[in-house]
Amino acid sequence: MKIHIPTPLRQYADKKDTIEVEAGTVAEALSGLTAKHPDLRRHLYTDEGKLRAFVNLYLNDEDIRYLQKENTKVQQTDTLSIVPSIAGGWSH
Amino acid sequence: MATITQPKVEPATLSNEEVLRYSRHLIMPEVGMEGQQKLKAAKVLCIGAGGLGSPLALYLAAAGVGTMGVVDFDVVDYTNLQRQIIHTTADVGRKKLDSAADKIKAINPYVQLRRFDTRLSSDNALELFRDFDIIVDGTDNFPTRYLVNDACVLTGKPNVYGSIFRFEGQVSVFATKEGPCYRCLYPEPPPPGLVPSCAEGGVLGILPGLVGVMQATEAIKLILGKGEPLIGRLLLVDALGMRFRELKLRKNPECPACGAHPTVTKLIDYNEFCGIRGEEAPVTTNVPEIQPEELKSRLDAGEDLFVLDVREPHEYQICNLNGYLIPLGDLPKRVNELDSSREIIAHCRSGVRSAKAVDFLRQAGFRKVKNLAGGILAWSDKVDPSVPKY
Repeated sequence: MKIHIPTPLRQYADKKDTIEVEAGTVAEALSGLTAKHPDLRRHLYTDEGKLRAFVNLYLNDEDIRYLQKENTKVQQTDTLSIVPSIAGGWSH
Repeated sequence: MATITQPKVEPATLSNEEVLRYSRHLIMPEVGMEGQQKLKAAKVLCIGAGGLGSPLALYLAAAGVGTMGVVDFDVVDYTNLQRQIIHTTADVGRKKLDSAADKIKAINPYVQLRRFDTRLSSDNALELFRDFDIIVDGTDNFPTRYLVNDACVLTGKPNVYGSIFRFEGQVSVFATKEGPCYRCLYPEPPPPGLVPSCAEGGVLGILPGLVGVMQATEAIKLILGKGEPLIGRLLLVDALGMRFRELKLRKNPECPACGAHPTVTKLIDYNEFCGIRGEEAPVTTNVPEIQPEELKSRLDAGEDLFVLDVREPHEYQICNLNGYLIPLGDLPKRVNELDSSREIIAHCRSGVRSAKAVDFLRQAGFRKVKNLAGGILAWSDKVDPSVPKY
C-alpha cells in the first residue's frame, strides 16, 4: 500500500513524499515504514510506544481513530496518510 | 445598515454606488441582492494581517463584507513582502495594521474597519470575538491556533481555519454548532522539539495566497448560507504536486473543548499548553557559547578551530562562514566525521539549532565544543556586514 509522508516529516524519510509497503493492517504498515526509515519513529511514537496525539492517520479519507485504530485492516490499493498539525505563516 | 440593536427584518440597504460596485455579485443567483445585503451586514474578524491575512482581507473587503476587524501587533519587514501582498515595499517599518487598513480602505471605502493593535491573548479574545459573526484564523503558531479555537467554541463563532508549511496547506471550518473543532482533530499540540523549527520551515510565497483565498471563500459561503462549507472536512493542499485531497473530520464526543463534557471551560495559558516558555528553547542557554567577535579574533590569530555549520545545504548556498556542513538532522549518523580532540565551534542561522547540536555533541562525549551566539545573523551584525541576513 501507499503511505503519504507530509512535508514536515519528509526530511526523516529520504525526502520521499510516498512510500510503498506491504501490510495487512495499519500497524504493519507503520512498522514497515519505520523499518525502512527509523528516524521517523520518534516523530510518530512517544517514548512509551504510543502513537503521538498530534499525528493523525487517515486510511483513504477516514480517520483510523474512528475505524479499528492501528488494527484496521488495509488493502494493497489503500492509501495511508500521515497528517500532522502544522502551524502556519512562519514569519520568522 | 443593520446592527445588533436593529430588528433583523430591516436588511442592510445598498446605495446606487454599491449596487454598481457589486453588480457582478448581484446578477448571480447565489448572491443576488439578498446575499449582498447579508455580506454588508456581516462582521468578520481576521486574526493577523500576514501571509494568510493579506489575501483574505483584500478579498473579503472587495466582496463587500460590511464590518471587518483586523488584529495585528506586528511591523512589516522585508522578509514579509515575498507573500504578504497587502503590504508594499514602502510599508516596511510601518505597523501591519496601518498598512492593511490603508489597502482595505483603498479597495473598498464602504467597509467599516475595526482595528485592534494588540496581540490576541486569553485576556482579550472572548471580548473581541463577541462583536463578530465569523473568525478567520490567519495566525502562524500553535498557541494562538488553540486560543482561537477555544475562544470560538466558547463564544459559538465559526473558525475559518487555514494553515501552511512550505508548499502544503490545510483548510477547514471549525467550531460550528454541528461540526468538529480544531481540538477534535488535534487534541494536543506537538511538543516544541518535534515540529520543524522556524529556520527549517519556509513557505512558498503563493501558498498563503491559495490557502487565504480558500479561507475567504469559506467565510463568504458561511455568510451567504450557500454551497457546502468545509465543515467536517479537512482540505489538504499540495501546491507542488497541485493535488487537493479531502479527509473526513468527525466531532469527537470526548473533545476537551466541544465534546459532551468539556474540560476547557475558560481560556488558559496557551504558551504553557504548547510547552513554550519564553522565546528560545532552554537548551540554547545551557550550552557554552562564543561571541562572534571572539571567534573572529581567534580565527584571525590562526588558532586551530573547527567551524561546524549545522544548517541545511540550501542555506549554505545563501551565505556561509566556510564551515564544515553537517545538517543538524544528519549529525547523529555523521558524528564520526568530527574530531573530538579539536575545538569545535558550531553555528547555524540564529544559534538555536547549533545549540541543540552542541548539546548533542556534549552528550556524545565532545568536551571542546561551543555554540556561536546568535549564529550567522550575529556574525553579520557584529563582524562582517557583507554576509547577508535571511
